[in-house]
This record gives sequence, C-alpha cells and structure tokens, in this order.
Amino acid sequence: MELVQIQRRLVDYTKSLFMEGFLDAQFLQLQQLQDDSNPDFVFEVVSLFFEDFEKLLNELTIALDQPNVDFKKLDSHVHQLKGSSSSIGAQRVKNACIAFRNYCDVQNIEGCLTCLQQVKQECYLVKNKFETLFRLEQQIMASGGSVPTIELGF
Amino acid sequence: MNVSSVKGSMSISSSTSTWKAGDTISDQFPAGLRVLVVDDDPTCLMILEKMLIACLYKVTKCNRAETALSKLRENKNGYDIVLSDVHMPDMDGFKLLEHIGLEMDLPVIMMSADDGKKVVMKGVTHGACDYLIKPVRIEALKNIWQHVVRKRKNEWKEFEQSGSVEEGDRQPKQSDDADYSSSANEGNWKGSKKRKDEEEETDERDDTSTLKKPRVVWSVELHQQFVAAVNQLGIDKAVPKKILELMNVPGLTRENVASHLQKYRLYLRRLSGVSQHQSNLSTIISAQDPTFGSLSSLSGLDLQTLAATGQLPAQSLARLQAAGLGRATAKSGIPITLVDQRNIFSFENPKLRFGEGQQQHMTNKQQVNLLHGIPTTMEPKQLVSLRHAAQSIGNMNMQVPPHGAQSSQNNPLLMQMGQQQQQQQQQSRGQILVDSTINHAPRLSSSMGQPILSNGIATNVSSRNGIPENIRAPGYSQTPSMLNFPMNHASELPGNSFALGSTPGVSILTSKGAFQEDVNSEIKGSGGLMPSYDVFNDLDQHKLQSWELQNVGMAFDTSQHSNSLQGNLDLTQSALGQQGFSSGQMNGHNRSAAVASKAMFSTGDVKELGSAQNVNQHLNNLLVDNTIRVKSERVCDTSPANIFPDHFGQDDLMSALLKQQESVASSENEFDFDGYSMNNIPV
Repeated sequence: MELVQIQRRLVDYTKSLFMEGFLDAQFLQLQQLQDDSNPDFVFEVVSLFFEDFEKLLNELTIALDQPNVDFKKLDSHVHQLKGSSSSIGAQRVKNACIAFRNYCDVQNIEGCLTCLQQVKQECYLVKNKFETLFRLEQQIMASGGSVPTIELGF
Repeated sequence: MNVSSVKGSMSISSSTSTWKAGDTISDQFPAGLRVLVVDDDPTCLMILEKMLIACLYKVTKCNRAETALSKLRENKNGYDIVLSDVHMPDMDGFKLLEHIGLEMDLPVIMMSADDGKKVVMKGVTHGACDYLIKPVRIEALKNIWQHVVRKRKNEWKEFEQSGSVEEGDRQPKQSDDADYSSSANEGNWKGSKKRKDEEEETDERDDTSTLKKPRVVWSVELHQQFVAAVNQLGIDKAVPKKILELMNVPGLTRENVASHLQKYRLYLRRLSGVSQHQSNLSTIISAQDPTFGSLSSLSGLDLQTLAATGQLPAQSLARLQAAGLGRATAKSGIPITLVDQRNIFSFENPKLRFGEGQQQHMTNKQQVNLLHGIPTTMEPKQLVSLRHAAQSIGNMNMQVPPHGAQSSQNNPLLMQMGQQQQQQQQQSRGQILVDSTINHAPRLSSSMGQPILSNGIATNVSSRNGIPENIRAPGYSQTPSMLNFPMNHASELPGNSFALGSTPGVSILTSKGAFQEDVNSEIKGSGGLMPSYDVFNDLDQHKLQSWELQNVGMAFDTSQHSNSLQGNLDLTQSALGQQGFSSGQMNGHNRSAAVASKAMFSTGDVKELGSAQNVNQHLNNLLVDNTIRVKSERVCDTSPANIFPDHFGQDDLMSALLKQQESVASSENEFDFDGYSMNNIPV
C-alpha cells in the first residue's frame, strides 16, 4: 500500500475511534506531548496502560470471586482503572468503570460481575484498536513517512 | 532556566517587590519549578511527568508516598511544589498532604479521578492548594506555579508584618495575631493581649529583615522542641518570641516560629474538634496505651498541637506526646492543666452563645455536621475502656450501652456525667475516655473544653432538638464539675468533663433526630452532645478541645457507640451553629464537619465499636487534617478569621467531627476521608 494511502487510513481510523467513543480528547493531549525528543511517548504510555489493566482486571476478578466481597477494595481497583484509562483517553473503558463503581457503591454483586465483564471487554477492544493504530503508524514510519497529526473537526 | 533565581525571587523579601514589579528575575519563572509528583498509577505518572516537563518544570516522580516523603525529607528545600494522587496503596494522599504540610510546608496539589464533592472538600480541608480532576490536562499544570508564588507571598507577608514593626507599623500585631492564632478567633479575643506581645515581638525583630527567608524544615525533633516550648508557655502565652527563646535553636527566626505556630494552632484546633482526642489524651496519659505506640509520630505532633492550642495543658501535652509517640507518659499534669483550660473555657463561654437561642438554629445542625467530620480516634481498646467506664459510672442518665463505650469515646460518659455524679463519673469516664481516646493530644484539649461543653451542651441540646430542657439545665451548672472530672484522673477524660452528660441520651437522641443529614453518619450514636460544642466554638482554640471532649462525651450516648460520635457532632454542630456558620470562615473543613455532625444525628443509631475504630482513624486523620488546616488557614486567615474566630474553631471541630463520622462509617480504619456528606451543609 502506498504511503499516502496508509497515512490516510491511519487518519480515518483514528477519527473513527473518536467517533465511536473509544478515544476522547485526552488522547489528543497525549499525542501533543509526543515530540522528537520522545517519539514513542504515546506508544510507551499506552503499553503501560495495557500492562496495568491486565493486572487490575485480574485483581478485580479475584476480588469478586471471594465469598465475602470487599467492596471497598473493589472500588479502589476500579477507581484506579478509571484513572489510568481516562489518562490515556480510553473513554469507553472509563465509562464502563464509572458504571462499575456505581454497582460497587450499592454493593450489588451481580451488577458488579456484569460490569466487570463489560470493562474487560472494553479494555481488550481498545487494546485491539490501539494495536491497529500503532501498526499503521509503524508502516508509515517504515515507509519513510511521518505520522499525520489528527485534526478533529468536532 | 535559572532555578535559583527563580527560587530566590520567590523566597526573598525583595522578591515580593519582584513579583509586584514583574521583575526580570522572574522572567524564566515558572520554568524550572521543581515539582515532585506522586502517583501509584504508572500510566498517569508517566503522562504527568511528560506534561510537567513540557511545562518546563523540573520533575521528580515517585510512585509511592513513602518514597516521596523520604525524598522531601532528604532534600528539604529541593522542591517547590508537590502533586499527589489521592488514592494510593501505601498511604492515603491526604495523609501525605498533612505530613508535607507539617514538616515541609510546601504547597500540595491533589489529583484524582474522583471528582466527588466530598473528596474535593477533603482536599480543601486538609490544606491542599488545589485539586485537579483526572485526567489532568497540561493546561491545568501550566498554572500550578501560582500556588508556589502565593504561598511564598503569604509567608513573606507574614514575615514582613511581624518584622516590620520598626516602622511603627503596628500592623504586625494583626499579622502576628494571624500568626499566632490559627484561627482568627484567637486573635480577636486575645487581641489586646496579643497586641502587647506582638509589640514586644516586633521590637526585637532582629534578623527578620533578611530578605531571604530560608525555608525552615520542621523536622520531628524541631517540632517536638517547638511543642515542648509551647506547652511550657501555655498555649495562650505561647508567643513566637518566647517560643523562640525557649527553643533556643540557632538560625531559627521568630517568623519561622510564628508561622509554624499558626499552623500548629490550626492543627490543634482541628484535633480538638474531635472529642476523641480528649479521651485519647487521658488514655494516653494514664494508660500509655500501646496503641499509642502505634500512633505515628503524627499523633505526637497532634498532641503537641493540642497542647499548643492551649487546650491541653503543657504537661498533658507532653504526656500525650510521649504517649502518642509510644512512650510511657506519666499521668499527671493533665488534671491541672485541664483546670486551667477550664478557666480559659469559662472565659470563653460567655462568648459562646450557649443556648441562647441558638438552639433552635439550623446552625446547630450545621454544627453537628461539622463535627461529623471530626474524626474521633477512638481505638477499640479505648472504646472498650470507655464502655467500662461508662458502666461504672453510676447514675448516668444515659444508659451506658455496653457496647457503646468503645465507639463513642467519651460522649456517653460525658452525658452521664453531666447530670449528676459528674465528678465521679467524670473520673471513671475519664478513664474510659482515656483508654479509648488515647489517640492524640487532641483529647487533652477536649477536656479543656469541658466546662464549656456542659454549658454548650445544654444550650445546644435545647436548641437542637428542642428536648434540651432537661439537659440544659443540668449541663450548665455542671460545667465546673465537669471539668473536675477529667482532672481527677490522670487519664482525664477530658471528654468526660463535657458534662455533656447533662444531656443524657435524650439530647443525643433528639439531636439525632434533628439532624437528618445524609451524612454518612456512621456515627450514629451520640449526637446529643451538641450543646457542648457551642460552648467550644466560642472558645477558639478551646473549642478544638471542647470538641474533643464533646465527642468523647457524646460518645457516651445511650447507644454509646456511634452515639458518641454523634454527640461529637452535635456538639460541633451546636457549637458551630452558634458561631454562625455562615461566617465566611467556615472552610470546607468545617463544612464537612457540619455535615458530619448532621449525619451523626440523623443516624441516631448507636453504632458499634466498629465505628469507634473508625473514629479513631478519623481522629488520626483529623489530626492530620488539622495540621494541614493550619496551613491553609494560615493563608486565608486574616480578616475573616478575626471576625469570626469562632468559626474557625468550629470548622476544625466540624471537620474533626466529620472525620469522625467518616471514620465511623467506614468500619475500617482506613476509611479516612470518605463519607463527607456535604450535601446538607447549609453553609
């Protein structure tokens, strides 16, 4: 595929992620932080997030598996996930976390379990999206091109 | 970027003019601002670091609060501002905030994905300069330097005011007042006295005129010395000049002491807000409770603070501190000191609007809420002892709930005491309280408040619930006896003297009903002791103590456990109410306290000791908070505070109460800062 085509694909893809709510403006902030001195910044941060959420999801699963669910602990983990997901702009994950927290507040185990599933799903989904994004970027770089900056119209 | 010049411009007196004149020195400012960022989330930490670097700041990052603290301690003057996350695994962000406030006096900005009003309020009451909601945008970080400048400017002003007396500008007096009294309240009362002192102080402003004001790091040792000096002088007489002399630390200036004193006072005030403190104090003193040992040095500091606020007699403070620090403390001095306090309180009482009509105030409610937030650090052990004490107390009007003792700290005891055997009961209660409250010095202060409490209680009670009649009357007269109570025992349960006991469970119950706040009010029990709070409010510093006492007494609500907490709240509320919550002074701290107190009342249930434990936690938090509050209050102290000294005290109390409430609610000790139900706070 030609460079220009890949570039366009990247732009469109990114835009779609915003449209679909996977990403929000915070992600743009991250992109703005990336510069020549730190060309892989976004990639690094998002990778960190991936590691992080795996751990958190694990903790959440374990916590909900207990005979006596510790809702405080649960809430604290969800809160953490909410914080990190919102920091990178993973909007849908963040929203799922918010819903999760609400169930934690009322100590509704069923609700929590459902939310956990949802959060898991969103996390893996966004991870997938990011991976596609990075792949496109790599392709562009490999072709000698530069990654186009996204300008969102909205 | 010229960090040093930036710093210099910030710390030198001339820098003020620099700022004003838009000096060229600060051209590069805020570039080079040295930021320490603490966040356990690696993703966030990385992003923040990048953003801060993009703002041209010098960034140091930590992912643990302990690491951050040790970094700060190692290099006391190496940072200009700290950014900290609220939720961290090893230490709560607010605790870190307090530590920093007390030890390093750096501006701290809290961050969290949590934007709930409660949490933000917590940040405010703990003295955070700002609160950022995650995800943090770089624009928000671009402005953080303003906090550094503001803080230094205030320090400078303080410095200036106290030092520039020579010009015959007696302004320092005021500023000194502001300096000394954490809450303006103090300043007002002791205005004349302070004025005189200040004049003397200003006269000898020696090197204060040095432009460069090196930041003094108040290490634990230094702070201990400070507290010892303050205790020795007596909180009322503790003026920077004398403290400085007593401390005899080379290189320490009067201004340093003055500003630290101010913070300390605020801190004490906050502590005293928790009645638990009182009992704690007594416990500490008498029982050298091992729990004390477990108390962090902060407790010791708290004690000091309490003492400093004048609520605790110097001796008791020393004792508490020792206890707080895990050392055995002789139980002795407290009684005496308490007495003194009492006097102070009595003096203040008139100011308090006891029961004058206040009772029917909504403010009472508010007060309650405030108290709610005040953490009562009742440790389980203590609670147990309280319970025992309560039981031992003969005619307590309140039925000493068997379980209750623990939770409510002193309140139940107080309640009982108030009525009749105050003396005896007080004594026994004192014991109980002591056990339960061992947590901090604040407790001592609580005892102080006793006399007032009784009065206050009576008043509040009536106002609040309308029940108060029966309670009131006895309460007033009881006051004096109440005081005795704590004194008698080495353990002194300051709370006991609350004599809130005069307000038997009835008041508590009623108050409970009265305050249907949504406060988490885990502290259900003793809301009834409101009246005492009123008394305390007026007392400024004393108030802090009284709060504690009250809390203690309140704890003794019929239900005993949570009741006590409520009681505290009530007290706070009433106290607060009287103070006219409306005054602008109420900081978030108070508000939360108010809410807390309200919450307490509404719950009306007696919570088991679990809450007591929480209370303890909260007390701790309170203490911590207090320290922080000192900081923040110092900054905004000036006018409003002076006008409404009471409010400040109330605020502290309230916050303390709130904390208590929160602690109670959380059944876990770490439920430190949650549960502020700010919703109902009328303020």
